[in-house]
Amino acid sequence: MSENFEGTRGAGPGQRPVEMGVAVAIALFALVVIAGSLQVGVGWGAEGPKAGFFPFYVGLVILGSSIINFGAVWSERRNDQLFAEWGQLGKVMSMLIPTAIYVALVPWIGIYVASMLLIAVFMRWLGRYGWGMIAAIAVGVPVVTFIIFEKWFLVPLPKGPIEELLGF
Amino acid sequence: MEEIANLFHGFSVVLQPFNLLVMLVGIMLGVIIGVLPGLGGANGVAILLPLTFSMSPTSAIIMLSCIYWGALFGGAITSVLFNIPGEPWSVATTFDGHPMAQQGRAGEALTAAFTSSFVGALFAVIMITLVAPLVAKFALQFGPAEKFGVYFLAFCSFVGMSKEPPFKTVAAMMIGFALAAVGLDSVTGQLRLTFGQTELLNGFDFLIAVIGLFGIGEILLTIEEGLSFKGGAAGINPAVVFKTWAELPRYWMTSLRSCVIGCWMGISPAGATPASFMSYGIAKRVSKHGDRFGRGEIEGVVAPETAAHAAGTAALLPMLSLGVPGSPTAAVLLGGLLIWGLQPGPLLFVEQKEFVWGLIASMYLGNVVGLLVVLTCVPLFAAILRIPFAIIAPVILMFCAIGAYTVHNSTFDVVMMLVFGVVGYVLKKCNYPLAPLVLAIVLGDKAEEAFRQSLLSSQGSLGIFVSNGLVSSIMALGLIALFWPLIQNAFTRLRTRPAI
Repeated sequence: MSENFEGTRGAGPGQRPVEMGVAVAIALFALVVIAGSLQVGVGWGAEGPKAGFFPFYVGLVILGSSIINFGAVWSERRNDQLFAEWGQLGKVMSMLIPTAIYVALVPWIGIYVASMLLIAVFMRWLGRYGWGMIAAIAVGVPVVTFIIFEKWFLVPLPKGPIEELLGF
Repeated sequence: MEEIANLFHGFSVVLQPFNLLVMLVGIMLGVIIGVLPGLGGANGVAILLPLTFSMSPTSAIIMLSCIYWGALFGGAITSVLFNIPGEPWSVATTFDGHPMAQQGRAGEALTAAFTSSFVGALFAVIMITLVAPLVAKFALQFGPAEKFGVYFLAFCSFVGMSKEPPFKTVAAMMIGFALAAVGLDSVTGQLRLTFGQTELLNGFDFLIAVIGLFGIGEILLTIEEGLSFKGGAAGINPAVVFKTWAELPRYWMTSLRSCVIGCWMGISPAGATPASFMSYGIAKRVSKHGDRFGRGEIEGVVAPETAAHAAGTAALLPMLSLGVPGSPTAAVLLGGLLIWGLQPGPLLFVEQKEFVWGLIASMYLGNVVGLLVVLTCVPLFAAILRIPFAIIAPVILMFCAIGAYTVHNSTFDVVMMLVFGVVGYVLKKCNYPLAPLVLAIVLGDKAEEAFRQSLLSSQGSLGIFVSNGLVSSIMALGLIALFWPLIQNAFTRLRTRPAI
């Protein structure tokens, strides 16, 4: 970690609370699975075990093991390890947020135009490239992808109004 | 010697020009995937799987398995040159490979790594050729109870062998089973766990999970660690290659040992990563130059690379002969079989001879081609790594999104991919292993079906799983694998007691 983040270096959420949170989240997931299994029946029906039989026990095992995992983290009080520094989490977010917007945009403007925007944003924001370089790569890569997928392999990908205007 | 005839027929299939082309493309793509951070064997194969839908199953599996070999080779390049393991199984290669590169012996280290990979793979392929048909023949007698036994054994070995805490492995695995159960129940035709959401009708596709967990999750981890690629130049010339080859036979014992470790760890689903570490550890303990390990000892490159490649290849044995994949990538290949309309399992050897032996023949040839490709093209692949992260990251994201979309032509899957990515990042940071989760999603339905069919035939009595010698010994093996760490502890305690 060579980079410095003013004032935030060395601080961040601890490993212990995050692990406890994960254990609780998994336990909640187990409860959802158990509830869903109970809805369709967990017993023995006319055609053998009912649909919820297997997932019900799977849910019980998840619940049991997440309780044990929670207990294991709970008991190691000395653990003051960090999950990640705030600066690192910031970097993760700088990746995750544009990606989330990208994923949300794909159904509306198609995957090609969305990818152009994504590449452009990353190159400008993280790489601080000049606009010429950005234009070349942000347009070039999706266009090549378009040729490979739509023309060579005949795999249609989501397209938006701009592709429609161009007649594809 | 029916197998030999079959193998030759397999070679005649592989040597068709189209299949050779597909093989070369697969290897090149595989090495690139192995070199790039965030793209690995499993999700690389998952992303490219939809492209093979229009091919014949044999060409498709040749291409995908060659991507896998390529990725195995590619991992070594980044480890040696940049001290960044492109794949988890090449972490152990960095220990001695990178110091060698720093001393200006990068060419030597790379040649040793590639050649060892090749030797490990060749050993495993020969083993598959000889053993897989026998295992398949044997497995043809399996009923539902024995089938469930095999799944049980596979998953128990995961718990017993993983270095993560056992209950985290159990939790991760069971989450996979639960996700596999979502949607239409194949036995009763009933909908379950969908809570009225139409998107969940078909359940969770493991390909989406693989792309999300391994692809997106891995990119998030990479950016968190703030990697930047700084590394030595890669000079490989024929003189270095031949000089290294002349030196390598000296380490035949290390090679052989690593091959055996790799094959064993690959068949039991421990996988390539622990195999490479174990092999490195043992080589360090046994070697005469053990104290020099970590400072650029060529033997320290040979051991992990041989084992990793042997394990990666051997993982296909249980996939082909039993329908139980030994690694996440093998699981993706197995998913491919289902999509191409083939039923994985012992019957493949009877009904799809051309497919099976074409695949096995392609393993021989693919690894030879792979070795030649990596030896000649290292500078090219190293150049790919110099592409700045700000460019390569969004491009990888784009390919992940395309891969996720093409599975079912659904944009909802792209959203799920991102969700899996975040989940994968958090779980990985909390030491939950992801491989059993993926394997459980792939095998969940089949394991459940075998379980319910067994119970059906026994009227609900669990006694069916100990009803004959075969199934009870499989189940017993499973339990031994499950409690292996405890058994090992007990043994060491017994052995040390008299000394005290």
